[in-house]
Amino acid sequence: MSDLLKFDLLSASIALKNKEFSSLELTNAYFEAIEQTSALGAYLEIVKDHSINMAKASDKNFKNGTARPLEGLPIGVKDMFCTKDIKTTASSKILENFCPTYESTVTQNLWDDGAVMLGKLSCDEFAMGSSNETAAKGNVVNPWLKNSKMSPGGSSGGSASAVAARSALAATGTDTGGSIRQPAAFCGITGLKPTYGRCSRWGIVAFSSSLDQAGPLTRTVSDAALMLNSMAGHDKKDSTSANLEMPDLMNYLDRGIRGKKIGIPKEYTQDGISDDIVSFYEKSINWLKDSGAEIVPVSLPHTKYALPVYYIIAPAEASSNLARYDGVRYGKRNEAASLDEMYEITRGNGFGEEVKRRIMIGTYVLSSGYYDAYYLKAQKVRRLIKEDFENVFEEVDYILTPSTPTTSFELGKKQDPLTMYLNDIFTVPASLAGLPGISLPVGLDKSGLPIGIQLIANSFDEPGLISTARVLERSAEFNFIADGAAK
Amino acid sequence: MSNKESIVDIPTVNKIARLSRLNIPEASKQNLTNDLNNILGFVAQLDEVNTSDVKPLASVTGHKLPLRSDKVTDGNIEDLVLKNAPESSSGFFVVPKVIE
Repeated sequence: MSDLLKFDLLSASIALKNKEFSSLELTNAYFEAIEQTSALGAYLEIVKDHSINMAKASDKNFKNGTARPLEGLPIGVKDMFCTKDIKTTASSKILENFCPTYESTVTQNLWDDGAVMLGKLSCDEFAMGSSNETAAKGNVVNPWLKNSKMSPGGSSGGSASAVAARSALAATGTDTGGSIRQPAAFCGITGLKPTYGRCSRWGIVAFSSSLDQAGPLTRTVSDAALMLNSMAGHDKKDSTSANLEMPDLMNYLDRGIRGKKIGIPKEYTQDGISDDIVSFYEKSINWLKDSGAEIVPVSLPHTKYALPVYYIIAPAEASSNLARYDGVRYGKRNEAASLDEMYEITRGNGFGEEVKRRIMIGTYVLSSGYYDAYYLKAQKVRRLIKEDFENVFEEVDYILTPSTPTTSFELGKKQDPLTMYLNDIFTVPASLAGLPGISLPVGLDKSGLPIGIQLIANSFDEPGLISTARVLERSAEFNFIADGAAK
Repeated sequence: MSNKESIVDIPTVNKIARLSRLNIPEASKQNLTNDLNNILGFVAQLDEVNTSDVKPLASVTGHKLPLRSDKVTDGNIEDLVLKNAPESSSGFFVVPKVIE
């Protein structure tokens, strides 16, 4: 069975079309892999009967010559996506029994294109966290250095861990301030956050509505292109969804970057960034240069304010979005004598510490007397951050940065919320500006942990982002497999 | 925010917890107060930025919110709407008695 796990999304798709094996065989291989790697804790819910039915239907389509773009490919789904009749908890106790009666647009798009669902993947509670430690049912483990119990990153920690451990061929994620790119970097895989508006947010558990965006976590850049092709698209049910056709990303895999300009922002080489990451960042710059790109030093002067802006805007939007968990319409309820007490006890017991902290911050910055000083101020600085990028994109085509200041850390080691927030220092700015970004693995540090590099493109330039990332991927030749991966 | 002493104490935590409808156990209030002060202290660095002529940015989409005609697009799904309710009766959500 181990042979089947060697195929990535694209090569498995070709092999299925050539009838080298069936979707049922592939899906069963993944169930064995899920069992073998269950100690990582990536899956919250496995839906084997459902998967087998989907795989059989796919095999029929192959037989009839009606195969769709993702036909028969088994993938995992982050627990932030509502899946019809399949438990969706956002890794929170307050939603522990929630079973949606509808399907999110993004996952529906994937099933409509033939993908097979393996199950639901753990994440930080309501996607709030950078280590997967805020999940109600406990953290997920990174398959790299498996005996050291390293963090898979967050919030899409289950998705990243499963793809790196080969217990999912690919997975969906959501990214609000780095929740696809940071775990992808920590787990040595590719994670793409599309332009805000590319993927519908309908049916995704809302965290921070002006920032949330779905994207793929995959083994390769080509896989990310293949999967995003299916996930993206205009949706009338999301008013912020972009009414813009995305070109077929598979046509952009081999266009190269000759003559393109790559911006290197001086603000992204700060103190506290690990030496190994600096060294691979420099290597990446040289690889792009050797492939025909022109390297241009640029400045994004408001970069240092991105995290403070984020930690006002995201909690503010979260405090508003999470008001719906009131123990009345869905979710867990704790009984109490009065309605207000029922709300308070239900929410006090149902939410974890980080979620409560963010609701409190959000409520504070939106409260009377503080709104202008915090929330409005943050929205103004957000504009300056967006303008920084607009100015730089007048000059260059893409921006290259490290994905994270450090590689993965041991679970349970970072306790202070602020230190944890600093993990997203390189991913948050592009989120605030709504820009697409991709993290891909380029090497290992001295202890053998993956290093991720981030490319940022202008709005809706996912095609160019894919072309550029492919060049970097080919130069880096990252062919390592996690020691904790399924064999 | 320019007034950095506007920082949180336990009565403020009680007030914010009440507005947030969150029951916070007495034992965790001091820690929460410290965390909030650290975070608010960190975001206070935005004071350094001159934003006097800057308009706030609420959305990055660049497009106008689309409108649709005011027509019913679904319905007759009472069972589905109530399916996840902790308590329901005769087609209604049930809440504790509210007496003003």
